[in-house]
Amino acid sequence: MLTSLWLLIAIPFVSGGLLLLLGRRADRWGHWLGVLAPAVSFVLGLIAFVQLGGRSDKAVEQNLWSFIAVGDLKIDFGLLFDPLSGVFVLLITGVGSLIHLYAVGYMAHDERRRTFFGYFNIFVAAMLLLVLGNNYVMLYLGWEGVGLASYLLISFWFNRPSAATAGKKAFIMNRVGDAGFALAIFLLFKELGTVKYTGDGGVFESVGQLSQGTVLMVGILLLLGACGKSGQFPLQAWLPDAMEGPTPVSALIHAATMVTAGVYLIARSNPIFSANPTLQVIVVSVGAITLLIGCIIGAAKDDIKRVLAWSTVSQIGYMFLGVGLGGGAYALAIIHLLAHGFFKANMFLGAGSVMHGMQDQVDIRRFGGLSKHMKITWLTFMMGWLAIIGIPPLSGYFTKEPIIAAAFERGDWTSWLFGGAALLGAGLTAFYMTRLFVLTFHGPKRWTEGQHPHESPAIMWIPLVLLAIGSVVAGFLMKTSVVTWLNPVFEGVETAHHESVIPHSLINILGIAFTVIGAGLAWMLFQRGTALMPEPAGPVVTAARNNLYTDAFNEVVFEKPGRWLTRALVYVDNKGVDGLVNGLAALVGGGSGRLRRLQTGFVRSYALSMLAGGVLVLGALLAVRLG
Amino acid sequence: MKYLSILTIAPLVGALVVAVMPRSKPTLAKQVALLWSLGVLGVAIASWFAFNAGDGGLQLRESYTWIPAWDAKFTFAADGIALVMLGLIALLVPIVILASWHDAEGSRRSVPAYFALLLALEGTMIGVFAAADILLFYLFFEVMLVPMYFLIGSFGKDVLPKQRQYAAVKFFLYSLVGGLFMLAAVVGLWVVGGKTFDWEMLVNADMSTGAERWLFLGFFVAFAIKAPFFPFHTWLPDAGGAAPAGVAALLVGVMDKVGTFGILRYCLPLFPEASRYFAPLAIALSLVGIIYAALLAVGQNDLKRLVSYTSIAHFGFIGIGIFVFTLQAGSGAVFYMLNHGLATGLLFLVVGMFVYRRGSTLVTDFGGAGKLVPVLAGVFFFAGLASLALPGLAPFVSEFLVLIGVFKVNVTVAVIATVGIILAACYVLWMIQRTTQGTLNPVLSTVDGMRRDITGREVLVVAPLIALLLGLGFYPKPVLDVINPAVEKTLTHVNVVEAGK
Repeated sequence: MLTSLWLLIAIPFVSGGLLLLLGRRADRWGHWLGVLAPAVSFVLGLIAFVQLGGRSDKAVEQNLWSFIAVGDLKIDFGLLFDPLSGVFVLLITGVGSLIHLYAVGYMAHDERRRTFFGYFNIFVAAMLLLVLGNNYVMLYLGWEGVGLASYLLISFWFNRPSAATAGKKAFIMNRVGDAGFALAIFLLFKELGTVKYTGDGGVFESVGQLSQGTVLMVGILLLLGACGKSGQFPLQAWLPDAMEGPTPVSALIHAATMVTAGVYLIARSNPIFSANPTLQVIVVSVGAITLLIGCIIGAAKDDIKRVLAWSTVSQIGYMFLGVGLGGGAYALAIIHLLAHGFFKANMFLGAGSVMHGMQDQVDIRRFGGLSKHMKITWLTFMMGWLAIIGIPPLSGYFTKEPIIAAAFERGDWTSWLFGGAALLGAGLTAFYMTRLFVLTFHGPKRWTEGQHPHESPAIMWIPLVLLAIGSVVAGFLMKTSVVTWLNPVFEGVETAHHESVIPHSLINILGIAFTVIGAGLAWMLFQRGTALMPEPAGPVVTAARNNLYTDAFNEVVFEKPGRWLTRALVYVDNKGVDGLVNGLAALVGGGSGRLRRLQTGFVRSYALSMLAGGVLVLGALLAVRLG
Repeated sequence: MKYLSILTIAPLVGALVVAVMPRSKPTLAKQVALLWSLGVLGVAIASWFAFNAGDGGLQLRESYTWIPAWDAKFTFAADGIALVMLGLIALLVPIVILASWHDAEGSRRSVPAYFALLLALEGTMIGVFAAADILLFYLFFEVMLVPMYFLIGSFGKDVLPKQRQYAAVKFFLYSLVGGLFMLAAVVGLWVVGGKTFDWEMLVNADMSTGAERWLFLGFFVAFAIKAPFFPFHTWLPDAGGAAPAGVAALLVGVMDKVGTFGILRYCLPLFPEASRYFAPLAIALSLVGIIYAALLAVGQNDLKRLVSYTSIAHFGFIGIGIFVFTLQAGSGAVFYMLNHGLATGLLFLVVGMFVYRRGSTLVTDFGGAGKLVPVLAGVFFFAGLASLALPGLAPFVSEFLVLIGVFKVNVTVAVIATVGIILAACYVLWMIQRTTQGTLNPVLSTVDGMRRDITGREVLVVAPLIALLLGLGFYPKPVLDVINPAVEKTLTHVNVVEAGK
């Protein structure tokens, strides 16, 4: 299998292309082809994974064809299968297949189900290309590919204006990050003459030749890309809006896989990020800020999917914290990512199951007491809930606690800052997740009239059960060889060990204490239900309900001025630049009609636009001179 | 085989044949025109195989006596850059003929005339790219305006006749003024260059720095109007908005490339010192174009004008790619010329299909159209993705090459240009959202045309373009192999020897 890695990507890609091309002709069987493709890739990925374990070099590279070759720029369409990409392949195709299966039931009544599976398969293919590429351009191909798939799936119900807008917002915010990522690639090529990870003087072998300033710049640009894709501060606003897509999309793309691409990018680029301490502080800060933002906003939301979305933002913040800390925390972040893939997919699909039984209601104030009516959903969701808040022995406890502990090991005052943030986040997570769980499944019924909640069909609850099992046991990955399994990828990483500022056992106790307090508080507050309408609240809660005003900020700073600017330019181009040239022509040709108009005041506007044009060109000239 | 002269003359003969066909048999005229253009495509493919990709110089050379007293000859020759453009023309014309099948009906002019003009346009455009004699180049450069003038002024149905006439005259005047500058420079070049029009001889001519700069400007103004670069661009949205969609595809997809091709073939090799001297100005104009035109595209409410503005932004990328003088950026710019022809050609043709159905070019007259014509909306979206240079499609490769080549020598310019790729996402996605997504426009569902999704003929129109955009997106090597040596040769004229090669 290791000699035909391309099959992993080609199978879902071809399947997706077929589903889109065949259209209605694939209506009857299309969804099964859609499920089969990632499942086959999973089996092949598993075989490759096992085979890799038997090899001593722990990395297989394949250059399929020469992609771009101009002068000294040589980029191959090349693949790399190593422990890191192997783990991701299994997560993407494994969890992905379960979500595909679930979607067969969830989308059963949608007349465009085959199209949905076509997009889903394209997404899996792009995501696999992202993690399997052996150079940054391959990564970029997959990167924008998943951006496209995400756009298509968010705006799947394109006749809903809100869905269309959310899709566009996601794509554009991602492109902002992508532009940063692209510039990082250009900078690497300029400085090192290559964009390949390793081998033949690849980027990771040559990082040492770069000045500290360049490393910092490359890192910041890569981080910008990572923030866009992973919904991290300051590019987090698109992710919660992405919940406009069908729920399986939220589970697959906006929880389990695509949004973790940023973590992958940083983990893959670990030689760059480890080479500059400032860079690491920036990554850790982004992680810490985002994990708190996610918790705070998540606690104020009433839409079940949006709470989970903000929780995703927050959990990825933990992963960024981990990869930013560097050293042994790289592996911790990846393992938390795997565990999160299970429990978050589990809860999103659980939320979908609840919506399925409640006529697409998403408002948790309108749930309550559902534990009696959908037992499987309740129990599986409970596993996800206990896992994410970190109750031992479920997975979240084993994967999050070491990241918190690592944050306390920075060796200076920042240990208190970042460790404290991570600890506080654990308490807040317990609070908002418990609120969600209690309001949905327990307490009095607050349903709208005519609701008859019922359990979902087997095709939906079987994936739930499997994912719940995953949520429970994923923590034992920490006890297995997976940690050392990732070592070949992170072996160059310097492991300067600092003493923790407080003892491990105390962190452990504090972590559990914060969790229990947060969860207990939420249980007490919400076990008797909640008001059906938003109640007046203090400034913090109001701000949280409004996404801490980040959307408002974007609108005031970017959207509105942008709209004014384009309108003004359209006016200037029609009246000014065009008029100027016409006017000049009339002047030269002596056209009397135009000349007369020229004399009656148009001269001034022409002169003005000429001035403006001159300023523009001069400004651009200056920019060119800057070099 | 005399590929280049056949390629030039065959469509002109075809134009005559179609022109003399009776008005009463429009379908026959269309069929003949289509078959004829397919024959031309066959010759173009054959010339592709006869071409030696490893050689960067002019090949397939033919020369015939014309005006011995001036040393002007009918000389045809092509390098890799010209070959790619010839291929693009030969491919697009049959596609446009098929796409314009019903466009000439209902107009006062005769249907055969429309298709004869298309073939005449093909012949003259091929002549421009195949000429290796500067007087011959100038001749084709000017003659090419005539069929285009009539195609814009007499056949467009999307705007009022008065606007159409205005657009056609404006197009003609702008080009003519540029052409006059060039004529002066051509004559001047003949005088200082040793009284010959032969390109291969003029390349080696010695001239003073002052003369070189003035002659450069004469050519550059003509090419900058044609391309068009900011601030000479205002004729394009009018012309693109007024012309029938198929003609607009040829206008923006091919004819405008004469500008950037001319810069590569004439400005850089003939006036290397002046090219280096004026490069910052050219880059500045291109850079303004990238941002300015993209912002304008966001603000348009007319689909065809919108696509025209996106093209001006794309030409900005080609402009910076040419004038930073690196191999990557240069090859990227040439590949961009091809890809832009495919992508924007497709976009114009699909817009034409929508406009034909709806009877309006205004964005606000659509809304939610994906519900009515899902496949057509999908093709529209695909064309939009090509326009925003999504990785996996050919335009990505060219844009990436341009930017990486620019970044090597000028970081600031590359960073500003990279903002352009964000703006591209804005104008494309907003256009898609306002036309095909969102709530279904109630008026739209009452329009008869909108009940019909893509037809078999339209599938034939879009399929080759989609296949090429995808194929070259993953495997651009066959084209890059043809382009690279020619670009390298062009850049050696400018005496920029790249480090690390």
